[in-house]
Amino acid sequence: MITILTLFPIFGGLAVLALSRARTAARALALAIAAATLIMAILIWRVFDPGHIGMQFQEVHEWAPSLGIAYHVGVDGLGVLMITLAAMVTLMSLVASWSNQKLTPVYCALILFLEAGLFGTFTALNFVHWFIFWELSLIPAFFLIRLYGGPGRARAATQFFLYTMVGSIALLLAFLALFLATGRFDFIELTHLSQAGQLTPALANLHWHGTTAHIAQLLFWASFLGFAVKTPVVPFHTWLPAAYAEAPSEATMVLTGAMSKMGIYGFLRILLPIFPEQMQQARTPLLILAVASIVLPAFAAWVQKDLKRTFAYSSINHLGYCVLGVCVAAQFTEMRLAPERAAALTGVLLQIFSHALTAATLFWTVALIERRTGGFRGVEEFGGLRRVIPVFAGLMGITIFASLGLPGLSGFPGEFLIFKGSFPLATWATVVSVLGLLMTAVFLLSVIQKVFSGPVNTRWQAMQDLTTAERLTLAPAIALMFVVGLYPQLITGMIHATIAQWATGVGF
Amino acid sequence: MISYSDLLRITWPEIAVALAGLLALTLDLTILRRSATALRFQVAALIACIGCIAGIALLHHPGTLSSLPDSMFVVTPAVRLVQIALLVLTVLTVVLSASARFTGHVGEYIAIILFATVAMMFLVATQNLLLIFVALEFLSLSLYVLAGFDKTSPQSAEAALKYFLFGGMSAGFLLFGMSLLYGLSGSIELPRIAAALGGPQLDPLLLVAIVMVAIGFGFKVAAAPFHLWAPDAYQGAPTVSAGFIASSSKVASFFIFAQVAVIGLATAAGSGGAHGYTPGWVPVLCIVAALSVVLGNLAAIAQTSIRRLLAYSAIGHAGYMLLGLIDRTPQGLSALIYYVITYALASLGAFGVLGALESQGVDRLESLRCLSKRAPGLALCLLVFLLSLAGIPPLSGFFAKFYIFATTLNAEPHFGLLWLVLLAIAMSAVSLYYYLRVLKYAFVAEDAAGAKPLAVSTLTRITLWIIAALVILFGCAPGLLLGPLSHAIQLQ
Amino acid sequence: MLAWTIYVSFIGALAARLSPSKQLARVLALLTAIAGFGLTLAALIHFQPGRILEVASVAWIPQLGIEYHLAADGISMTVLLLTGIAAIAGILFSWNIEHRTQEFFAFYLVLIGGVYGVFLSFNLFLLFVFYEIAIIPKYFLIAIWGSVPRETAAGANPGAAREYAAMKLALYSFAGSALVLAGMAAVWTLSPGHSLNFEVLAQVPFSAHFQMWAFPMVFVGFAVLAGMWPFHTWAPTGHAAAPTAASMLLAGVVMKLGAYGCLRVAMMLFPRGLDPWRFHFLGLGSWRDVFAVLAVIGIVYGASVALVQRDFKFVIGYSSVSHMGFVLLGLMTLTQIGLDGAVFQMFSHGIIAGLLFAVVGRMVYDRTHTRDFAQLEPMGLARVIPFAAVTFILACVASIGMPGFSGFIAEFQVLVGAWRSIPWTAIVAGIGILVGIAFTWRALTKAFFGEPAPAAAHDHPLPPITFPEKCGAILLLATTLIVGLYPRILTDLILPTLNSPLFEGLRTGAWR
Repeated sequence: MITILTLFPIFGGLAVLALSRARTAARALALAIAAATLIMAILIWRVFDPGHIGMQFQEVHEWAPSLGIAYHVGVDGLGVLMITLAAMVTLMSLVASWSNQKLTPVYCALILFLEAGLFGTFTALNFVHWFIFWELSLIPAFFLIRLYGGPGRARAATQFFLYTMVGSIALLLAFLALFLATGRFDFIELTHLSQAGQLTPALANLHWHGTTAHIAQLLFWASFLGFAVKTPVVPFHTWLPAAYAEAPSEATMVLTGAMSKMGIYGFLRILLPIFPEQMQQARTPLLILAVASIVLPAFAAWVQKDLKRTFAYSSINHLGYCVLGVCVAAQFTEMRLAPERAAALTGVLLQIFSHALTAATLFWTVALIERRTGGFRGVEEFGGLRRVIPVFAGLMGITIFASLGLPGLSGFPGEFLIFKGSFPLATWATVVSVLGLLMTAVFLLSVIQKVFSGPVNTRWQAMQDLTTAERLTLAPAIALMFVVGLYPQLITGMIHATIAQWATGVGF
Repeated sequence: MISYSDLLRITWPEIAVALAGLLALTLDLTILRRSATALRFQVAALIACIGCIAGIALLHHPGTLSSLPDSMFVVTPAVRLVQIALLVLTVLTVVLSASARFTGHVGEYIAIILFATVAMMFLVATQNLLLIFVALEFLSLSLYVLAGFDKTSPQSAEAALKYFLFGGMSAGFLLFGMSLLYGLSGSIELPRIAAALGGPQLDPLLLVAIVMVAIGFGFKVAAAPFHLWAPDAYQGAPTVSAGFIASSSKVASFFIFAQVAVIGLATAAGSGGAHGYTPGWVPVLCIVAALSVVLGNLAAIAQTSIRRLLAYSAIGHAGYMLLGLIDRTPQGLSALIYYVITYALASLGAFGVLGALESQGVDRLESLRCLSKRAPGLALCLLVFLLSLAGIPPLSGFFAKFYIFATTLNAEPHFGLLWLVLLAIAMSAVSLYYYLRVLKYAFVAEDAAGAKPLAVSTLTRITLWIIAALVILFGCAPGLLLGPLSHAIQLQ
Repeated sequence: MLAWTIYVSFIGALAARLSPSKQLARVLALLTAIAGFGLTLAALIHFQPGRILEVASVAWIPQLGIEYHLAADGISMTVLLLTGIAAIAGILFSWNIEHRTQEFFAFYLVLIGGVYGVFLSFNLFLLFVFYEIAIIPKYFLIAIWGSVPRETAAGANPGAAREYAAMKLALYSFAGSALVLAGMAAVWTLSPGHSLNFEVLAQVPFSAHFQMWAFPMVFVGFAVLAGMWPFHTWAPTGHAAAPTAASMLLAGVVMKLGAYGCLRVAMMLFPRGLDPWRFHFLGLGSWRDVFAVLAVIGIVYGASVALVQRDFKFVIGYSSVSHMGFVLLGLMTLTQIGLDGAVFQMFSHGIIAGLLFAVVGRMVYDRTHTRDFAQLEPMGLARVIPFAAVTFILACVASIGMPGFSGFIAEFQVLVGAWRSIPWTAIVAGIGILVGIAFTWRALTKAFFGEPAPAAAHDHPLPPITFPEKCGAILLLATTLIVGLYPRILTDLILPTLNSPLFEGLRTGAWR
């Protein structure tokens, strides 16, 4: 099932490429494929048994046994959530790009390839197999920026590629070292080793200088670098604003909505289970980084002149909450705090979902504005749009409020749970982060104020409000924000078994 | 005592060839005096061929396989094989010359070639110093004349003169060396000389004799540093003569050199190994071989005339062949004979191709331009000959080189001669450079203007094809030649 | 049956040369190549890994104890498959040759026949014969049909550059084979009954002293053709000057001849040559250390030089040096996994390098007539010939060792092997991989994703990618993907062979 899910967009993308002469047909096909994958993802969601602990839908095939490489896929609650949101965001992106004629069938095919890469990343359980998709997703993303981006695209694409590549290589080296020490690439096997306390001693096989504890720490930081760049965590974030701003907004939807989650996924799937001790030892510096990722981008977002850059920084900020949640949960000595850890991790997953939804929608709305203004998206260039295009303003307003965590909307339960969990676990970090939360509210509200309120900018007097089609397509996304905000059990129900297992001692 | 009937019986093949020469001369000077040159050449060549083939047939007669007293005439199976090879080479040479036009003295030309062949046949079949010298001088005289046969060309005359002067000097050295040998041993028969010279200590005079003999033969086979005549002679002499000098006479000279060294000086061999040097003729030959290989191959790089290039490459090949002398076992001899025969074929073929191009006049490398388009068959033959000389499998030159290197390594214990073999192999890698340069002109260089087809006589073409086929055949199936060869040598 | 791969190629060469029309010559050549590949596949079906498939064994030169002995084991089968695929692809990519077409395919097929011969020979002498047969066609292929950069084309002699490259290549090959010849002559004198059959020689206990000098001599002789630093300089010039198909074969197959010889002859016959010396020189304690160092230098040096090239084809040429360094490093690890990786890399690099050269030489150069990045950049080729761009991207991805493609399995095994035996080489080689990513990246962006100059791009619309090109590209891409995704196709051939009696000496001697 998962194999089919992963291969489907690839072959779909090829079919789209083959059809690329017939422009409309090809784009319609792409849309249909994205819809079909979403349906498949939802099917998996439905069939998935939330009470079951461990991996489901597993498939294992031998690949290169002498190298410990196997084709091994499977999903738990986290995986199901991830593939669903990836399918959802892809469909949103393709819907959003329907009316943008610049985006050719090749673009659609690239988005589909990217989707396949995401599926692969979120389901693979063997490092090599996982790494293939991790890297493969980079390539379509690179070309989406490089071929369809704005004026600074060459630089942005290269920067994006290089940063991620460096991170990936660090990650690769860390896992090569692990493989040389243990002869295993399988995440689950490595986790079992780690749980049994055999991982660190096994590193003695490497015959390196230094104690095994130091080596383990080194490997942890190398892997961390890989995920930190992707997420991104301050100070590895500098590629992101340029990349998000230069990419076409429709593509940015996928980049921020789904691709940035690869980093957090890595934290949860790899760092936490395989390097729990190391993570706990490195908790203080990690927390500092997490807090920095929350607070600093919020300030940076405040001073941006470009809507896309503002939202890009807000994206870093929101993912900072997730990193905070993961890092506070890396505390295993005091068993009585298990419920707090569970709360924080649940919050992280909710926040992942919510951010995917809201950030994608935000960039969608930016795309809609750009299309109306012919590319203008400076924060200062608008004003009073509330009166000109009220429906649009309303929908975008809801999205922004969802993003800043207004109760009743999707952002709230996640952030609340993260803070609830983190306060007893890491009080000081939580306190500082709340400051970031405040700033989040400040800059998002200032966006609303500058764009929608104030005197009407005469230039945009005749701007057209949302068409019916646009309203109809945006509506489900907005509705979902309410649903998740009001009924978070929709998601927590799926993940509670997984979370419970993590919270009581991380494992699969 | 020998009876004349015995003598006659043993020398029938030589007599047949000599008679053919006389017949060709007579016919040409009498009946055909007024005929066209082409016809005269064809008739003379036909007679020569018949004579040679008769010689070959007679060689197969078991009666020829015996010897005369005083080692005057020693016909072993190996000798017979070399004689057959010489006759075959002569046939090919004669056929190649049948389309030459450089002289009106057809009868003399063919006759002298045949006489030279007779001289060679005697040369290889004797183990008597006196007869060796006489036969060698007979051969040399014939070759001087052949080199200077193109009377219209001053170059040819110059070639002949140089060849003659150097040859005369070398004869002097050789004679001096031989007389020393006689003085030391009291015999002119090679086996007896060997027996007489036996002893742990090497007489200084014997060393002088060895050096003299080496110089004498060194001149004959054009080994460095006694090679100076070769480039001029090869360049100036009529092409077919040059081919004859490069092929048949090499076979005979090397064979007799081997006889003298291996049989006559068997007890004064010495060793040139890296581990144990002992004086004798082997170290002398090692030095001469090393010099020839290096000098010949390096000098060939700088040549712009194809014939001079072939001359220098011949010097290099002489070096390789000297390696074959160093291993004194039957195997070494078979390697040497295999090498000289295949070398002679390839070399004759190369000169044959040049002869066919002679109508173009020049022998600069540039004149080969676009050959592959003007005469594809000829170009292909040239490719085969030159690559065989360079030692590229599956051509016979490659196998010959391998065999000779392998036996040389075998000659001394603990790979004593590895230095020499490595040097020779390295130089053979160098040789590919200049052979490829020639082929580059023939195959790669494009010349839109002068690309008109070249007229080559059918006879020449067929002969060249036959030679090329032999070169390929002996390379792909060395057993064809090696089988009889090792058979013959082990019978000895 | 398998022996017919050789004969078919030579017969095909003759047929192509005599063919009256150019098109017929092409078709004949293609059919020949396919027949060769088909024969290999047919043999593969009944092939038992770990066993030796006897093909032919006839007394050839009984006087010298030399046999005409053809056989194949798993390693031979691997490289035979490579040869078949590379040959087919090469012909597809030289479909557009119009100049002396018949001769081109004749030389090409002679080369292929020689290569098949080397891989099938189980007699040292025979191997050497085929090895040298392959040299001469290379010379002519480059000297006659080679490509010339535009700058020199205006000069006095347009062919000088390619003739230089061709000569350099021929001389290097010949110099290398001269060393092998010396080693072979030495082996011949020592071998019982003067036999040169591998099965016999592998059992002969040559003295350690002999192996100690024969091993480096023969190894270097073969490694010249494998592009080992510092004997690699023929490779970039040769690759750059050769016509597309010849570059593909040079990088794809001919360099493998060298690596194959290193393994099959030098290492299999003289395993004790890898033993430690009794002294240390510059920190090196054995020939194995020396060659491992040279291999690693090759990896890093090739990649670094490729990083600064201005000529597209030179980039790929130097990348070959770098990638072949992995083969040599894999051999020098002397671990099972490292040797497996080395053979795997032979296959993988053969396919990938072929693909890269196909894109550079055929798809780009034959259309734009330039290989200079400065001139390619303004063309924005990605939009003009997207098929070439996509092919090149995939080839690049495969080349930098992305998992899922064959290069990954190969280089990864080599690295693991290196780590287990000489750890620091693995680290340096890892750096080489990083530089490799950098130069691949640079070439990709410069050649295909430059900013199109507003006017220049549409002056001369480039001819579209033809059908044979597409077939060839898809063939090669599919191969690298299949092998990358299902590496057991090859490892099941290679590993049992490494455990076979032939490699007994290597296993018991130095294999730790």
